Formats: sequence, C-alpha cells, structure tokens
Amino acid sequence: MEIFGIPHQAFMGQILLGLVNGAFYAMLSLGLAVIFGLLGVVNFAHGTLYMLGAFAAWILLDKFGVNYWVSLLVAPLIVGALGVVIERLFLRHLYKLDPLYGLLLTFGLTLIFEGVFREIYGASGQSYPVPELLQGATDLGFMFLPNYRAWVVFASLTVCFGTWYLIERTRLGAYLRAGTENSALVQTFGVNVPMMVMLTYGAGAALAALAGVLAAPIIQVSPMMGSNLIIVVFAVVVIGGMGSIMGSILTGLALGVVEGMTRVFYPEASNIVVFVIMVLVLMVRPAGLFGKEA
Amino acid sequence: MKKLSNSTRLTYAVLLALAVVAPLVGLYPVFLMKLLCFALFACAFNLLLGFTGLLSFGHAAFFGSAAYISGHMIKTYALTPEWGLLAGTVGAGLIGLVVGLVAIRRQGIYFAMITLAIAQMVYFLCLQLPQTGGEDGLQSVPRGELFGLISLASDTSMYYLVLAIFVACFLGISRIVHSPFGQVLKMIRENEPRAISLGYQTDRYKLVAFVLSAALAGLAGSLKTLVMGFATLSDAHWSMSGEVILMTLLGGVGTLFGPVLGAGIVIALQNLLADKVGSWVTVIIGVIFVVCVLAFRKGIVGELHATLVRRLRA
Repeated sequence: MEIFGIPHQAFMGQILLGLVNGAFYAMLSLGLAVIFGLLGVVNFAHGTLYMLGAFAAWILLDKFGVNYWVSLLVAPLIVGALGVVIERLFLRHLYKLDPLYGLLLTFGLTLIFEGVFREIYGASGQSYPVPELLQGATDLGFMFLPNYRAWVVFASLTVCFGTWYLIERTRLGAYLRAGTENSALVQTFGVNVPMMVMLTYGAGAALAALAGVLAAPIIQVSPMMGSNLIIVVFAVVVIGGMGSIMGSILTGLALGVVEGMTRVFYPEASNIVVFVIMVLVLMVRPAGLFGKEA
Repeated sequence: MKKLSNSTRLTYAVLLALAVVAPLVGLYPVFLMKLLCFALFACAFNLLLGFTGLLSFGHAAFFGSAAYISGHMIKTYALTPEWGLLAGTVGAGLIGLVVGLVAIRRQGIYFAMITLAIAQMVYFLCLQLPQTGGEDGLQSVPRGELFGLISLASDTSMYYLVLAIFVACFLGISRIVHSPFGQVLKMIRENEPRAISLGYQTDRYKLVAFVLSAALAGLAGSLKTLVMGFATLSDAHWSMSGEVILMTLLGGVGTLFGPVLGAGIVIALQNLLADKVGSWVTVIIGVIFVVCVLAFRKGIVGELHATLVRRLRA
C-alpha cells in the first residue's frame, strides 16, 4: 500500500521516528520553559545536561555494570545534583542582571563540558545497547513497531504530562508559579524561594538527563549530541511560546512529526524545516503559538 | 564629534604606527590579517550589542555567508578583489535585512534565540547548496589584483589593504557611534520605552543598526576569504557566533577599542594553543566566558576605563 507515493512501511516508520524526535523535543523544551519561567535564565546548557545524562548512563554501564533501568533513575539524579551545584555556584549571581548574561554563562558552561568530554572520549560516539526487555519489534499488521522506540514515546509522554500536571494542578506547582510572578511576596508567606529555585534547576537538569538516558540506545552517545539538538529546541520553544508548559509539549511533538514527514518527501529540507516554521509563525504570531503576549 | 582626549589620540597613533610597521619587523602577516578581520567582525558585532543593546547569537551567519558569497563570486566570475568584497558585504547586508525584519519584532532573549535559529538555517544552507562545496568548503580563492592593477599575492601588500580597510571601518564605526544616529541607538539601549514615548521609531533604527552590523560583519568575512583563500563551514557555525560574543565581552562591550583587544587576545590564544592542547581550547574559551560573565562584565577596556575614572575622581 502506498501513501502519497511512498510505501506505507517507510511512511509509518518516519512518523514513528518523528514522534520519537518530537518526544525528545517536548521533554527538552519543557525543561527549558520551566527553567526560564522560574529563573529567567535561558539555559543553553540544557543540551549539555542531556548529553551528560546519556554519558552518565553509558559510564554507569561501562564502568560499573549498572543496567539501563537503574540508570533511568540514577543518571537524572546525578545530573540533577550537578544542576543544583551549577545554580548555587553560578546562576544565583545573575538573577539581578539582564537575562542575556544567563544565556552567556550557560553557553560558557556548555563549551567547558563539551570540551572536557571531547578531550576524554573523542568526537565520535559510543554505542549503548538496547535493554533486552525492549529489544525487537512488534508486528502491528500495518507496520513493525520497534519496541524500544514505542517505550521512548510512552515514557516521555508520561513524564511530560506528569510534569505539566505537577506544575499546573498541584500545590507545589502553584508555589512555583507564584514564585515566578513575585518571588519577594511569596517569600514573605514563608516559602523558601531560593531553595525552590535551586531545586527547579536541578529538576530541569534531571529532566534533560532523563531524555539523554532514553536517547542513549537510539543515538550515538557523543559529546556533541546536545549542542546539535539545543538549537532546534530553542526554535521549538520560540514557536510554542515560552510561557506555556503545555504549549512546549504539544509544539515539540508536532514539530517532531513535521520533521519526520519532511524527511519522507524532501529530505534535504528536514534540517531547516523547524526554522522555516519558526520564521513563519513569528510573522503571524510574534508571541508564539501558545504564548502570552509580553 | 566628541573630542578625544590627548592621551587617547596618542594611544591610537602609536597603535597605528605599530600596525604599519609590524610586517617589516617580522610579525607574521597572515596572523595579523586574521586578527584584523576578526577585530572588524567584533567591532561590527559590538555596534549592535554595545551601542544598540541587541544581542545577536547568529552573527556567524553574516560572516560565513559573505565569506562564501565573495569566494564563490571571485572564483566563478573572476571578479577583482574589490568587487568580491563588495559582493560579500552587500550579500550579508541583504541577509541581515531579512533576518532583522523577522527578529526585531521580539526583544531581549527571544531576539537572541531567533537570530541563533536563523543562523542555523543559514549554516545548513551553506552545507547543502551545491555552490558552497559542502563539507569541503570553497578552496583556492585567488587574491587577484586590486582594481586590476595592484597584485595582492604578496602577504605584505594584502596586509596593508586589510589594515587600510580596517582603519577606515573603525573610523566609520566611531563616526556612527558619535553621530546623532548613534545617540538614538544608545537611547534605545538604555530605555527603549522612553525613546518610543519621545516619538522615535525605534524598530527602524534597530533595523538600520542591524543591517549595518551585518554588512560590516560580511565585509570581515569576505576579507577573511581573500586573506586565507578559503571559506569553510566553521565560518557559519554557531561556535563562530559564540566566539565573536566572547571577543566583544572580553574586550569590553560598548567600548570602541574593546572588541579589537578581545579579538586580538582570542585569536592569539587560539594560535598559541592550537597545536598543543586540542579540545582544551574550547574549555579555556568556556572558562573565560564564565569568568567574564561572573566577575568581569565590563571587559578589559571597560574595567580599565572604570578604574581610570575612579582614580581621577579620588
């Protein structure tokens, strides 16, 4: 059976690939939006934290024999702790300044981490094996569904919607959102805002690292994996609108699928289609699709 | 025009004299030319960041696209170098116009992210268009003869051309900054809502500044192609955007000479360390970035200036 002249296997395969990419975009742009919302920092280091998560999983397996499922928990914790340290040591000093300094500082951190890892591990990637439970594919009749990729989509969607629920529907989330709007006032109510900020950055870092662990069996674990991704994630966030959590998730997923479809029909453009969409969206809606006008 | 103090004038005169004599003294002309190209790039960037207050994270798009455009034009149409430079500059200016029209709509952080994303688009175009030579880039771009008369094959004659262009552009930027137009730009940097309330169409001013900055960055890129004889993907990569930000930040945002000094330091560092430390260069640049942002925001020239002012007051 052919869809638009492409064999349906290839078509469905690319949609699935697009969903997987979209899931990563969603997770990363979610973390970026949360950090920007609460800290006012555009975390250029988000891609590096993603890379560190993948490397943590790889090192845990390679040096300590820790399996994938444990890494799913441990790697985000390690990187989250690193995130807390980064916030404490560096970012804390920048809140009173222009938000652009946050971007520049995290950019510097990205260079540092990538340089160090490139020096130790070289620029080419390490491979990470797919865990046995998820190997192979299921025959759905109209296509073969690789089990691992289905798991990635399921896991990311769960985490994304779980985070959305936490922020938009729980008490803790309410404190977070209040802290974003008026930190001083919230502090007078007895909420420890600096601690909350620190933990938020750690949580954002952990989210990125989780995405990294999920990505490790699919993509080569290399020091550059983060920076290639982060710029697309920036575009996703601009398209979706920085203020909206749900906006980031939905936009990320949608753009992943659009990228996948572009790869089917016009592969050369797949790299830039997200940026083209960004330009078009900005022409029509400068605040982004779900954004609130500043 | 703002009166420069005598000591400042003297400093500039000494520097100019040193620059003119440098190749005769034995300093490697190609290194100096590379330095001047990047100094021009940094000055162009500073026009936007330091004087208009707009952080563009995608300036490599102008540098790189002009490098490719001028290189391609010179190779394919056998243009003389001045036409090649013009082609690159105008090309970058036009791209700057398009980018500016899209990006100026948003402020601050969004502006930076949009410029970064569009620059990434330009990078992929440079990678994929057949005329650019993909991963290999454009090689063997001839220097040709200036105006068809003066051969630029010798590094020394090329150096004096680059120096002349650099000095002209530096004076030009200085003139722009101290003109009424420049004052409006500074007003926009300090308090844009106030400027709007006073009746200035700030978007237009920002766009003009953006196009000027893009065109000058393009001139720097085209010059670099002429000097080195090639244009590669790294000229358009986002790390190049990061480097020019670092040069400006390190030297002193909003100062005239800061970017030149910053460019000099970064290029010299890269040259010194390139063979010896491999990837650690990136780490060192990252560390300098972090240190500058945390402790050294005014940059070298900025801090020097602040110290002098404090001493004079005491």
